[in-house]
Amino acid sequence: MSSQPPAGRTRLAPTITSWGSLWRRKLPLGALVTYAVSVVLGVALWWLVSLRYSDYFLPSPLTTFEAGRELASDGTLGASIVASAQRILIGWALGVLVGVPVGLLMGQVLLIRRALDPYIQFFRFIPPIAFVTLAIIWFGVGEASKVVLIFYTTVFIIVISTTAGVLAVEESRLRAAASLGAGPTRTLLSVILPSTMPYVVTGSRLAMGNSFLTVVSAEIVAAEQGLGALIWTSRNYGRTDWVFVGIVVLGLMGFVFDRAIRFSVVRLFGRYAVKV
Amino acid sequence: MTAGSASSGGAVSLRRVRVTFDGTDAVADASVDIAPGEFVCLLGPSGCGKSTLLNVVAGFVAVTDGEALVDGQPVRGPDVSRGMVFQSSDALFPWLRVSENIAFGPRMRRVPKGRRDEIVARYVDLVGLAHAADRFPPQLSGGMKQRVQIARVLANEPSVVLMDEPFGALDAQTREVMQREVERIWQETHPTILFVTHDIDEAVLLADRVLTMTAGPSGRIKSEYRIELPRPRDETSEEAIELHRALRNDIAVEVSKTLRTQERMAG
Ligand SMILES: Nc1ncnc2c1ncn2[C@@H]1O[C@H](COP(=O)(O)OP(=O)(O)OP(=O)(O)O)[C@@H](O)[C@H]1O
Ligand SMILES: [Mg+2]
Repeated sequence: MSSQPPAGRTRLAPTITSWGSLWRRKLPLGALVTYAVSVVLGVALWWLVSLRYSDYFLPSPLTTFEAGRELASDGTLGASIVASAQRILIGWALGVLVGVPVGLLMGQVLLIRRALDPYIQFFRFIPPIAFVTLAIIWFGVGEASKVVLIFYTTVFIIVISTTAGVLAVEESRLRAAASLGAGPTRTLLSVILPSTMPYVVTGSRLAMGNSFLTVVSAEIVAAEQGLGALIWTSRNYGRTDWVFVGIVVLGLMGFVFDRAIRFSVVRLFGRYAVKV
Repeated sequence: MTAGSASSGGAVSLRRVRVTFDGTDAVADASVDIAPGEFVCLLGPSGCGKSTLLNVVAGFVAVTDGEALVDGQPVRGPDVSRGMVFQSSDALFPWLRVSENIAFGPRMRRVPKGRRDEIVARYVDLVGLAHAADRFPPQLSGGMKQRVQIARVLANEPSVVLMDEPFGALDAQTREVMQREVERIWQETHPTILFVTHDIDEAVLLADRVLTMTAGPSGRIKSEYRIELPRPRDETSEEAIELHRALRNDIAVEVSKTLRTQERMAG
Protein backbone atom coordinates (compact mmCIF):
# COMPACT_ATOMS: atom_id res chain seq x y z
CA MET A 1 0.00 0.00 0.00
CA SER A 2 2.07 2.89 -1.22
CA SER A 3 0.08 5.55 -2.94
CA GLN A 4 2.73 8.02 -3.93
CA PRO A 5 2.21 11.54 -5.28
CA PRO A 6 -1.19 13.12 -4.73
CA ALA A 7 -3.54 11.07 -6.80
CA GLY A 8 -6.58 13.07 -7.83
CA ARG A 9 -9.96 12.42 -6.32
CA THR A 10 -10.97 10.42 -9.33
CA ARG A 11 -8.30 7.85 -8.69
CA LEU A 12 -9.84 7.06 -5.36
CA ALA A 13 -11.34 3.66 -5.93
CA PRO A 14 -8.17 1.56 -6.06
CA THR A 15 -6.92 2.95 -2.76
CA ILE A 16 -10.22 2.32 -1.06
CA THR A 17 -10.25 -1.22 -2.33
CA SER A 18 -6.92 -1.93 -0.75
CA TRP A 19 -8.05 -1.19 2.77
CA GLY A 20 -11.75 -1.64 2.60
CA SER A 21 -13.29 -4.57 0.98
CA LEU A 22 -11.18 -6.22 -1.63
CA TRP A 23 -12.37 -9.63 -0.57
CA ARG A 24 -15.94 -8.47 -0.63
CA ARG A 25 -15.82 -6.87 -4.05
CA LYS A 26 -13.88 -9.51 -5.91
CA LEU A 27 -16.30 -12.40 -5.61
CA PRO A 28 -14.18 -15.45 -5.00
CA LEU A 29 -14.85 -18.43 -7.23
CA GLY A 30 -16.19 -20.42 -4.30
CA ALA A 31 -18.95 -17.87 -3.70
CA LEU A 32 -19.90 -17.83 -7.39
CA VAL A 33 -20.14 -21.59 -7.43
CA THR A 34 -22.34 -21.53 -4.33
CA TYR A 35 -24.63 -18.94 -5.95
CA ALA A 36 -24.90 -20.93 -9.16
CA VAL A 37 -25.58 -24.23 -7.42
CA SER A 38 -28.17 -22.61 -5.19
CA VAL A 39 -30.02 -21.05 -8.14
CA VAL A 40 -29.92 -24.29 -10.17
CA LEU A 41 -31.26 -26.26 -7.19
CA GLY A 42 -34.03 -23.70 -6.64
CA VAL A 43 -35.15 -23.86 -10.27
CA ALA A 44 -34.96 -27.67 -10.17
CA LEU A 45 -37.17 -27.74 -7.11
CA TRP A 46 -39.65 -25.41 -8.81
CA TRP A 47 -39.67 -27.73 -11.82
CA LEU A 48 -40.17 -30.84 -9.67
CA VAL A 49 -43.10 -29.32 -7.83
CA SER A 50 -44.60 -27.99 -11.06
CA LEU A 51 -44.71 -31.52 -12.47
CA ARG A 52 -47.48 -32.34 -10.01
CA TYR A 53 -49.71 -29.44 -10.99
CA SER A 54 -51.33 -28.00 -14.09
CA ASP A 55 -49.68 -25.12 -15.94
CA TYR A 56 -52.59 -22.94 -14.88
CA PHE A 57 -51.96 -23.62 -11.18
CA LEU A 58 -48.16 -23.60 -11.24
CA PRO A 59 -46.36 -23.08 -14.55
CA SER A 60 -43.05 -24.89 -14.87
CA PRO A 61 -39.78 -23.01 -15.37
CA LEU A 62 -39.85 -24.00 -19.04
CA THR A 63 -43.43 -22.78 -19.54
CA THR A 64 -42.50 -19.52 -17.82
CA PHE A 65 -39.47 -19.15 -20.04
CA GLU A 66 -41.56 -19.76 -23.16
CA ALA A 67 -44.15 -17.24 -21.95
CA GLY A 68 -41.34 -14.76 -21.40
CA ARG A 69 -40.14 -15.27 -24.98
CA GLU A 70 -43.69 -14.77 -26.21
CA LEU A 71 -44.09 -11.52 -24.26
CA ALA A 72 -40.66 -10.34 -25.30
CA SER A 73 -41.22 -11.00 -28.98
CA ASP A 74 -44.28 -8.75 -29.27
CA GLY A 75 -42.54 -6.02 -27.25
CA THR A 76 -44.86 -6.22 -24.23
CA LEU A 77 -42.16 -7.32 -21.83
CA GLY A 78 -39.63 -4.67 -22.87
CA ALA A 79 -42.22 -1.91 -22.71
CA SER A 80 -43.36 -3.07 -19.26
CA ILE A 81 -39.84 -3.13 -17.93
CA VAL A 82 -39.06 0.31 -19.31
CA ALA A 83 -42.31 1.79 -17.97
CA SER A 84 -41.81 0.44 -14.44
CA ALA A 85 -38.09 1.15 -14.31
CA GLN A 86 -38.66 4.72 -15.44
CA ARG A 87 -41.26 5.40 -12.77
CA ILE A 88 -39.12 3.84 -10.07
CA LEU A 89 -35.97 5.68 -11.05
CA ILE A 90 -37.60 9.09 -11.40
CA GLY A 91 -39.65 8.85 -8.20
CA TRP A 92 -36.79 7.38 -6.21
CA ALA A 93 -34.23 9.89 -7.44
CA LEU A 94 -36.55 12.79 -6.65
CA GLY A 95 -37.16 11.32 -3.21
CA VAL A 96 -33.44 11.08 -2.51
CA LEU A 97 -32.77 14.57 -3.87
CA VAL A 98 -35.45 16.12 -1.67
CA GLY A 99 -35.06 13.80 1.31
CA VAL A 100 -31.37 14.36 1.94
CA PRO A 101 -31.50 18.16 2.33
CA VAL A 102 -34.68 17.96 4.39
CA GLY A 103 -33.11 15.28 6.61
CA LEU A 104 -29.96 17.36 7.02
CA LEU A 105 -31.96 20.39 8.07
CA MET A 106 -34.14 18.35 10.41
CA GLY A 107 -31.08 16.84 12.03
CA GLN A 108 -29.31 20.15 12.33
CA VAL A 109 -32.00 22.70 13.15
CA LEU A 110 -34.03 21.89 16.22
CA LEU A 111 -36.88 24.20 15.20
CA ILE A 112 -37.27 22.49 11.83
CA ARG A 113 -37.02 19.08 13.45
CA ARG A 114 -39.78 19.91 15.90
CA ALA A 115 -41.95 21.50 13.22
CA LEU A 116 -41.69 18.60 10.76
CA ASP A 117 -41.58 15.71 13.18
CA PRO A 118 -45.36 15.37 13.65
CA TYR A 119 -45.84 15.06 9.90
CA ILE A 120 -43.02 12.57 9.50
CA GLN A 121 -44.36 10.47 12.35
CA PHE A 122 -47.90 10.65 10.97
CA PHE A 123 -47.24 9.86 7.33
CA ARG A 124 -44.61 7.23 7.80
CA PHE A 125 -47.28 4.84 9.05
CA ILE A 126 -49.48 5.35 6.02
CA PRO A 127 -48.38 3.02 3.25
CA PRO A 128 -48.36 4.43 -0.29
CA ILE A 129 -51.00 1.89 -1.28
CA ALA A 130 -53.45 3.83 0.85
CA PHE A 131 -52.84 6.85 -1.37
CA VAL A 132 -53.20 5.15 -4.75
CA THR A 133 -56.79 6.25 -5.25
CA LEU A 134 -56.11 9.79 -4.13
CA ALA A 135 -53.02 10.00 -6.31
CA ILE A 136 -55.09 9.06 -9.34
CA ILE A 137 -57.77 11.63 -8.50
CA TRP A 138 -55.20 14.34 -7.92
CA PHE A 139 -52.55 13.54 -10.52
CA GLY A 140 -54.50 11.56 -13.12
CA VAL A 141 -53.96 8.07 -14.44
CA GLY A 142 -50.75 9.06 -16.23
CA GLU A 143 -47.15 8.87 -15.12
CA ALA A 144 -47.39 11.62 -12.53
CA SER A 145 -49.49 9.68 -10.03
CA LYS A 146 -47.08 6.73 -9.97
CA VAL A 147 -43.99 8.91 -9.75
CA VAL A 148 -45.56 10.86 -6.90
CA LEU A 149 -46.32 7.68 -4.99
CA ILE A 150 -42.77 6.40 -5.37
CA PHE A 151 -41.46 9.80 -4.38
CA TYR A 152 -43.68 9.64 -1.31
CA THR A 153 -42.46 6.22 -0.23
CA THR A 154 -38.83 7.18 -0.81
CA VAL A 155 -38.75 10.61 0.73
CA PHE A 156 -39.86 9.54 4.21
CA ILE A 157 -37.32 6.75 4.43
CA ILE A 158 -34.55 9.08 3.27
CA VAL A 159 -35.55 11.90 5.62
CA ILE A 160 -35.70 9.58 8.61
CA SER A 161 -32.39 7.88 7.92
CA THR A 162 -30.59 11.14 7.07
CA THR A 163 -31.86 12.76 10.26
CA ALA A 164 -30.70 9.76 12.26
CA GLY A 165 -27.31 10.05 10.56
CA VAL A 166 -26.99 13.73 11.46
CA LEU A 167 -27.89 13.05 15.07
CA ALA A 168 -25.28 10.28 15.20
CA VAL A 169 -22.34 12.47 14.12
CA GLU A 170 -19.67 12.38 16.81
CA GLU A 171 -19.72 15.48 18.98
CA SER A 172 -15.93 15.58 18.92
CA ARG A 173 -15.95 15.75 15.12
CA LEU A 174 -18.29 18.74 15.18
CA ARG A 175 -16.19 20.42 17.83
CA ALA A 176 -13.04 19.77 15.85
CA ALA A 177 -14.66 21.37 12.80
CA ALA A 178 -15.74 24.40 14.81
CA SER A 179 -12.31 25.03 16.29
CA LEU A 180 -10.68 24.49 12.91
CA GLY A 181 -12.69 27.42 11.60
CA ALA A 182 -15.75 25.87 9.95
CA GLY A 183 -18.92 27.93 10.31
CA PRO A 184 -22.39 26.36 10.45
CA THR A 185 -22.89 26.09 6.67
CA ARG A 186 -19.50 24.63 5.94
CA THR A 187 -19.82 22.26 8.89
CA LEU A 188 -23.10 21.06 7.42
CA LEU A 189 -21.69 20.55 3.93
CA SER A 190 -18.11 19.52 4.67
CA VAL A 191 -18.52 17.52 7.86
CA ILE A 192 -22.11 16.52 8.61
CA LEU A 193 -23.15 15.54 5.09
CA PRO A 194 -20.13 13.27 4.53
CA SER A 195 -20.52 11.75 8.01
CA THR A 196 -24.13 10.97 7.16
CA MET A 197 -23.40 9.17 3.89
CA PRO A 198 -23.63 5.60 5.24
CA TYR A 199 -27.12 6.36 6.57
CA VAL A 200 -28.17 7.98 3.30
CA VAL A 201 -27.00 4.97 1.33
CA THR A 202 -28.76 2.48 3.60
CA GLY A 203 -31.92 4.56 3.38
CA SER A 204 -31.66 4.74 -0.40
CA ARG A 205 -31.40 0.98 -0.72
CA LEU A 206 -34.37 0.44 1.58
CA ALA A 207 -36.33 3.02 -0.37
CA MET A 208 -35.51 1.26 -3.62
CA GLY A 209 -37.11 -1.90 -2.24
CA ASN A 210 -40.20 0.02 -1.20
CA SER A 211 -40.38 1.69 -4.60
CA PHE A 212 -40.88 -1.74 -6.15
CA LEU A 213 -43.76 -2.49 -3.79
CA THR A 214 -45.31 0.84 -4.59
CA VAL A 215 -44.96 0.72 -8.35
CA VAL A 216 -46.62 -2.66 -8.57
CA SER A 217 -49.60 -1.63 -6.47
CA ALA A 218 -49.98 1.64 -8.36
CA GLU A 219 -49.79 -0.07 -11.73
CA ILE A 220 -52.31 -2.69 -10.67
CA VAL A 221 -54.85 0.01 -9.93
CA ALA A 222 -54.27 2.12 -12.97
CA ALA A 223 -51.76 1.68 -15.73
CA GLU A 224 -51.66 0.56 -19.31
CA GLN A 225 -48.07 -0.53 -19.06
CA GLY A 226 -45.63 -1.70 -16.48
CA LEU A 227 -44.83 -4.96 -14.75
CA GLY A 228 -47.64 -4.50 -12.23
CA ALA A 229 -50.10 -3.90 -15.06
CA LEU A 230 -48.76 -6.96 -16.89
CA ILE A 231 -49.26 -9.15 -13.83
CA TRP A 232 -52.78 -7.85 -13.32
CA THR A 233 -53.87 -8.09 -16.94
CA SER A 234 -52.47 -11.63 -17.20
CA ARG A 235 -54.65 -12.65 -14.29
CA ASN A 236 -57.70 -11.44 -16.20
CA TYR A 237 -56.71 -13.62 -19.15
CA GLY A 238 -56.03 -16.56 -16.86
CA ARG A 239 -52.38 -16.58 -17.99
CA THR A 240 -50.59 -17.68 -14.83
CA ASP A 241 -47.42 -18.15 -16.87
CA TRP A 242 -47.41 -14.43 -17.73
CA VAL A 243 -47.90 -13.62 -14.05
CA PHE A 244 -44.82 -15.70 -13.35
CA VAL A 245 -42.87 -13.85 -16.00
CA GLY A 246 -43.82 -10.54 -14.35
CA ILE A 247 -42.78 -11.80 -10.91
CA VAL A 248 -39.46 -13.23 -12.04
CA VAL A 249 -38.61 -10.08 -13.99
CA LEU A 250 -39.48 -7.87 -11.00
CA GLY A 251 -37.15 -9.88 -8.81
CA LEU A 252 -34.33 -9.77 -11.33
CA MET A 253 -34.83 -6.06 -11.89
CA GLY A 254 -34.65 -5.40 -8.15
CA PHE A 255 -31.48 -7.44 -7.93
CA VAL A 256 -29.91 -5.53 -10.82
CA PHE A 257 -30.93 -2.13 -9.39
CA ASP A 258 -29.54 -2.98 -5.97
CA ARG A 259 -26.28 -4.18 -7.53
CA ALA A 260 -26.10 -0.98 -9.53
CA ILE A 261 -26.56 1.11 -6.38
CA ARG A 262 -23.95 -0.91 -4.54
CA PHE A 263 -21.51 -0.68 -7.39
CA SER A 264 -21.86 3.06 -7.87
CA VAL A 265 -21.82 3.70 -4.12
CA VAL A 266 -18.53 1.90 -3.71
CA ARG A 267 -17.19 3.78 -6.71
CA LEU A 268 -18.45 7.23 -5.77
CA PHE A 269 -18.77 7.17 -2.01
CA GLY A 270 -16.32 4.51 -0.87
CA ARG A 271 -14.29 7.10 0.98
CA TYR A 272 -17.26 7.90 3.20
CA ALA A 273 -16.82 4.49 4.79
CA VAL A 274 -20.03 3.28 3.23
CA LYS A 275 -20.18 -0.47 3.51
CA VAL A 276 -22.59 -2.23 1.20
CA MET B 1 11.87 25.19 9.85
CA THR B 2 12.64 27.71 12.54
CA ALA B 3 11.54 27.07 16.07
CA GLY B 4 8.45 28.95 17.06
CA SER B 5 8.33 30.62 13.67
CA ALA B 6 4.63 31.12 13.26
CA SER B 7 2.75 30.32 16.39
CA SER B 8 3.78 31.56 19.74
CA GLY B 9 1.90 30.81 22.86
CA GLY B 10 -1.14 32.57 24.22
CA ALA B 11 -1.71 33.45 27.85
CA VAL B 12 -4.62 31.57 29.42
CA SER B 13 -6.34 32.81 32.57
CA LEU B 14 -9.18 31.17 34.36
CA ARG B 15 -10.75 33.45 36.97
CA ARG B 16 -13.01 31.71 39.47
CA VAL B 17 -14.53 29.55 36.78
CA ARG B 18 -17.66 27.66 37.69
CA VAL B 19 -19.43 25.34 35.28
CA THR B 20 -22.82 23.87 36.08
CA PHE B 21 -24.51 21.03 34.22
CA ASP B 22 -28.15 20.39 35.07
CA GLY B 23 -27.91 22.13 38.41
CA THR B 24 -24.74 20.44 39.68
CA ASP B 25 -21.29 21.94 39.51
CA ALA B 26 -18.86 20.09 37.29
CA VAL B 27 -16.21 22.66 38.15
CA ALA B 28 -16.76 24.70 41.29
CA ASP B 29 -14.17 27.44 41.42
CA ALA B 30 -11.08 27.11 39.29
CA SER B 31 -8.49 29.83 38.91
CA VAL B 32 -5.17 29.57 37.18
CA ASP B 33 -2.83 31.68 35.07
CA ILE B 34 -0.88 29.99 32.33
CA ALA B 35 2.04 31.80 30.77
CA PRO B 36 2.52 32.00 27.00
CA GLY B 37 4.33 28.92 25.75
CA GLU B 38 3.93 27.05 29.00
CA PHE B 39 3.28 23.30 29.03
CA VAL B 40 0.70 22.58 31.73
CA CYS B 41 -0.63 19.16 32.64
CA LEU B 42 -3.93 18.73 34.39
CA LEU B 43 -4.15 15.66 36.62
CA GLY B 44 -7.03 14.42 38.72
CA PRO B 45 -9.49 11.62 39.37
CA SER B 46 -12.12 10.71 36.84
CA GLY B 47 -15.07 13.09 36.83
CA CYS B 48 -13.27 15.96 38.56
CA GLY B 49 -13.84 18.33 35.66
CA LYS B 50 -10.62 18.22 33.64
CA SER B 51 -12.34 17.86 30.29
CA THR B 52 -14.84 20.50 31.29
CA LEU B 53 -12.06 23.00 31.99
CA LEU B 54 -10.45 22.20 28.65
CA ASN B 55 -13.80 22.61 26.90
CA VAL B 56 -14.20 26.00 28.55
CA VAL B 57 -10.88 27.18 27.17
CA ALA B 58 -11.75 25.71 23.76
CA GLY B 59 -15.06 27.57 23.83
CA PHE B 60 -17.17 24.41 23.59
CA VAL B 61 -18.69 24.94 27.03
CA ALA B 62 -19.70 28.30 28.49
CA VAL B 63 -18.77 29.25 32.04
CA THR B 64 -21.63 29.61 34.49
CA ASP B 65 -19.63 32.05 36.61
CA GLY B 66 -16.21 33.60 36.39
CA GLU B 67 -14.16 34.21 33.29
CA ALA B 68 -11.93 32.38 30.85
CA LEU B 69 -9.47 34.69 29.13
CA VAL B 70 -6.98 34.04 26.37
CA ASP B 71 -4.53 36.84 25.82
CA GLY B 72 -6.81 39.01 27.90
CA GLN B 73 -9.84 38.40 25.70
CA PRO B 74 -12.82 36.48 27.07
CA VAL B 75 -13.45 33.18 25.32
CA ARG B 76 -16.69 33.27 23.36
CA GLY B 77 -16.99 30.05 21.44
CA PRO B 78 -14.48 28.02 19.45
CA ASP B 79 -11.76 29.77 17.53
CA VAL B 80 -8.92 28.77 15.24
CA SER B 81 -6.42 30.18 17.73
CA ARG B 82 -7.38 27.42 20.18
CA GLY B 83 -6.99 23.91 18.81
CA MET B 84 -8.07 20.69 20.47
CA VAL B 85 -6.61 17.21 20.15
CA PHE B 86 -9.28 14.73 21.18
CA GLN B 87 -8.74 11.39 22.83
CA SER B 88 -10.82 9.61 20.23
CA SER B 89 -9.77 9.60 16.60
CA ASP B 90 -13.47 9.81 15.70
CA ALA B 91 -12.70 13.50 15.65
CA LEU B 92 -10.79 12.99 12.39
CA PHE B 93 -12.58 13.16 9.04
CA PRO B 94 -12.27 9.57 7.82
CA TRP B 95 -13.33 10.44 4.26
CA LEU B 96 -10.41 12.81 3.84
CA ARG B 97 -6.83 11.78 3.23
CA VAL B 98 -4.26 12.60 5.90
CA SER B 99 -3.15 15.58 3.83
CA GLU B 100 -6.75 16.76 3.40
CA ASN B 101 -7.44 16.42 7.11
CA ILE B 102 -4.45 18.62 7.80
CA ALA B 103 -5.50 21.09 5.10
CA PHE B 104 -9.02 21.33 6.54
CA GLY B 105 -8.32 24.26 8.88
CA PRO B 106 -6.43 26.31 6.27
CA ARG B 107 -9.18 25.50 3.75
CA MET B 108 -11.84 26.80 6.14
CA ARG B 109 -9.75 29.93 6.64
CA ARG B 110 -9.63 30.29 2.85
CA VAL B 111 -5.87 29.99 2.61
CA PRO B 112 -5.02 29.73 -1.11
CA LYS B 113 -4.24 26.27 -2.47
CA GLY B 114 -0.53 26.81 -3.03
CA ARG B 115 0.05 28.03 0.50
CA ARG B 116 -2.12 25.21 1.82
CA ASP B 117 0.09 22.61 0.16
CA GLU B 118 3.13 24.18 1.80
CA ILE B 119 1.42 24.01 5.19
CA VAL B 120 0.46 20.37 4.68
CA ALA B 121 3.99 19.50 3.60
CA ARG B 122 5.40 21.18 6.66
CA TYR B 123 3.10 19.53 9.17
CA VAL B 124 3.06 15.99 7.77
CA ASP B 125 6.80 16.28 8.04
CA LEU B 126 6.69 17.63 11.57
CA VAL B 127 4.64 14.67 12.81
CA GLY B 128 6.55 12.15 10.68
CA LEU B 129 3.69 11.17 8.39
CA ALA B 130 5.06 12.28 5.02
CA HIS B 131 4.95 8.66 3.80
CA ALA B 132 1.26 8.35 4.74
CA ALA B 133 -0.05 11.68 3.47
CA ASP B 134 -2.30 10.05 0.87
CA ARG B 135 -3.85 7.49 3.16
CA PHE B 136 -7.20 7.68 4.85
CA PRO B 137 -7.49 7.65 8.67
CA PRO B 138 -8.98 4.13 8.85
CA GLN B 139 -5.77 2.91 7.24
CA LEU B 140 -3.63 4.26 10.09
CA SER B 141 -2.55 2.90 13.47
CA GLY B 142 -3.79 4.57 16.65
CA GLY B 143 -0.54 6.46 17.13
CA MET B 144 -0.57 7.68 13.53
CA LYS B 145 -4.15 8.89 13.90
CA GLN B 146 -3.18 10.98 16.90
CA ARG B 147 -0.28 12.41 14.89
CA VAL B 148 -2.80 13.46 12.26
CA GLN B 149 -4.93 15.13 14.90
CA ILE B 150 -1.89 16.99 16.21
CA ALA B 151 -0.81 18.07 12.73
CA ARG B 152 -4.35 19.14 11.85
CA VAL B 153 -4.49 21.37 14.91
CA LEU B 154 -1.01 22.81 14.39
CA ALA B 155 -1.73 23.58 10.72
CA ASN B 156 -3.90 26.44 11.95
CA GLU B 157 -0.98 27.72 14.03
CA PRO B 158 -3.02 28.06 17.21
CA SER B 159 -1.56 29.92 20.16
CA VAL B 160 -3.15 27.45 22.58
CA VAL B 161 -3.23 23.69 22.06
CA LEU B 162 -5.62 21.71 24.23
CA MET B 163 -5.08 17.99 24.55
CA ASP B 164 -7.61 15.79 26.33
CA GLU B 165 -5.91 12.50 27.15
CA PRO B 166 -4.58 12.35 23.60
CA PHE B 167 -2.64 9.14 24.22
CA GLY B 168 -5.09 7.48 26.59
CA ALA B 169 -6.09 4.89 24.01
CA LEU B 170 -2.56 4.00 22.92
CA ASP B 171 -0.37 1.14 24.06
CA ALA B 172 2.53 1.90 26.41
CA GLN B 173 5.28 1.84 23.76
CA THR B 174 3.42 4.02 21.30
CA ARG B 175 2.47 6.39 24.09
CA GLU B 176 6.11 6.82 25.04
CA VAL B 177 7.08 7.63 21.47
CA MET B 178 4.20 10.09 21.17
CA GLN B 179 5.19 11.84 24.40
CA ARG B 180 8.67 12.47 23.02
CA GLU B 181 7.15 13.70 19.78
CA VAL B 182 4.84 16.13 21.51
CA GLU B 183 7.72 17.49 23.52
CA ARG B 184 9.80 17.97 20.40
CA ILE B 185 6.95 19.57 18.48
CA TRP B 186 6.20 21.88 21.38
CA GLN B 187 9.85 22.91 21.48
CA GLU B 188 9.78 23.63 17.75
CA THR B 189 6.50 25.53 17.55
CA HIS B 190 6.04 26.64 21.13
CA PRO B 191 2.31 27.05 21.60
CA THR B 192 0.85 27.09 25.09
CA ILE B 193 -0.23 23.52 25.85
CA LEU B 194 -2.89 22.47 28.29
CA PHE B 195 -2.73 18.71 28.52
CA VAL B 196 -5.14 16.48 30.44
CA THR B 197 -3.87 13.11 31.53
CA HIS B 198 -4.49 10.28 33.98
CA ASP B 199 -0.90 9.19 33.71
CA ILE B 200 1.38 10.68 36.38
CA ASP B 201 4.54 9.69 34.51
CA GLU B 202 3.26 11.46 31.44
CA ALA B 203 2.74 14.65 33.44
CA VAL B 204 6.18 14.43 35.04
CA LEU B 205 7.79 13.84 31.67
CA LEU B 206 6.10 16.70 29.84
CA ALA B 207 4.90 19.48 32.10
CA ASP B 208 6.47 22.75 33.10
CA ARG B 209 3.74 22.73 35.70
CA VAL B 210 1.32 20.07 36.88
CA LEU B 211 -2.04 21.11 38.28
CA THR B 212 -3.99 18.60 40.33
CA MET B 213 -7.71 18.82 40.88
CA THR B 214 -9.94 17.83 43.76
CA ALA B 215 -12.48 15.05 43.39
CA GLY B 216 -15.61 15.89 41.44
CA PRO B 217 -18.30 16.89 41.17
CA SER B 218 -17.47 20.46 42.12
CA GLY B 219 -13.84 19.97 41.25
CA ARG B 220 -11.38 22.76 41.81
CA ILE B 221 -7.66 23.15 41.37
CA LYS B 222 -5.98 21.65 44.39
CA SER B 223 -2.25 22.04 44.08
CA GLU B 224 0.47 22.81 41.59
CA TYR B 225 3.92 21.41 41.03
CA ARG B 226 6.49 23.30 39.04
CA ILE B 227 8.91 20.95 37.30
CA GLU B 228 12.22 22.40 36.32
CA LEU B 229 14.04 19.21 35.40
CA PRO B 230 16.05 19.51 32.17
CA ARG B 231 14.52 18.03 29.01
CA PRO B 232 14.38 15.41 27.67
CA ARG B 233 13.55 13.99 31.04
CA ASP B 234 14.20 10.57 32.45
CA GLU B 235 11.28 9.28 34.44
CA THR B 236 13.58 6.91 36.28
CA SER B 237 15.72 9.74 37.66
CA GLU B 238 15.56 10.28 41.40
CA GLU B 239 13.83 13.65 41.16
CA ALA B 240 11.22 12.27 38.77
CA ILE B 241 10.49 9.35 41.06
CA GLU B 242 10.21 11.72 44.00
CA LEU B 243 7.76 13.89 42.08
CA HIS B 244 5.79 10.90 40.96
CA ARG B 245 5.40 9.77 44.56
CA ALA B 246 4.26 13.20 45.73
CA LEU B 247 1.72 13.48 42.92
CA ARG B 248 0.46 9.99 43.50
CA ASN B 249 -0.15 10.61 47.19
CA ASP B 250 -1.81 13.91 46.38
CA ILE B 251 -4.17 12.34 43.87
CA ALA B 252 -4.78 9.15 45.82
CA VAL B 253 -6.60 11.18 48.46
CA GLU B 254 -8.92 12.58 45.80
CA VAL B 255 -9.41 9.27 44.05
CA SER B 256 -10.54 7.64 47.29
CA LYS B 257 -12.92 10.58 47.85
CA THR B 258 -14.34 9.98 44.39
CA LEU B 259 -14.83 6.30 45.16
CA ARG B 260 -16.57 7.10 48.44
CA THR B 261 -18.89 9.53 46.67
CA GLN B 262 -19.69 6.92 44.06
CA GLU B 263 -20.38 4.31 46.74
CA ARG B 264 -22.66 6.70 48.57
CA MET B 265 -24.52 7.46 45.36
CA ALA B 266 -24.76 3.78 44.48
CA GLY B 267 -25.78 2.57 47.92
N1 LIG C 1 -22.52 17.53 29.05
C1 LIG C 1 -22.64 17.22 30.35
N2 LIG C 1 -23.87 17.16 30.93
C2 LIG C 1 -24.00 16.84 32.23
N3 LIG C 1 -22.98 16.59 33.05
C3 LIG C 1 -21.73 16.62 32.54
C4 LIG C 1 -21.51 16.93 31.16
N4 LIG C 1 -20.18 16.88 30.94
C5 LIG C 1 -19.62 16.55 32.11
N5 LIG C 1 -20.54 16.40 33.08
C6 LIG C 1 -20.26 16.07 34.48
O1 LIG C 1 -19.31 16.98 34.95
C7 LIG C 1 -18.35 16.34 35.76
C8 LIG C 1 -16.96 16.57 35.21
O2 LIG C 1 -16.85 15.89 33.97
P1 LIG C 1 -15.52 15.90 33.11
O3 LIG C 1 -15.81 15.18 31.87
O4 LIG C 1 -15.02 17.28 33.00
O5 LIG C 1 -14.55 15.05 34.04
P2 LIG C 1 -13.06 14.56 33.73
O6 LIG C 1 -12.22 15.06 34.83
O7 LIG C 1 -12.65 14.92 32.37
O8 LIG C 1 -13.22 12.99 33.88
P3 LIG C 1 -12.45 11.83 33.07
O9 LIG C 1 -11.10 11.76 33.66
O10 LIG C 1 -13.24 10.61 33.40
O11 LIG C 1 -12.46 12.19 31.63
C9 LIG C 1 -18.75 14.90 35.84
O12 LIG C 1 -19.45 14.71 37.05
C10 LIG C 1 -19.66 14.71 34.66
O13 LIG C 1 -20.63 13.74 34.95
MG1 LIG D 1 -12.29 13.80 30.57
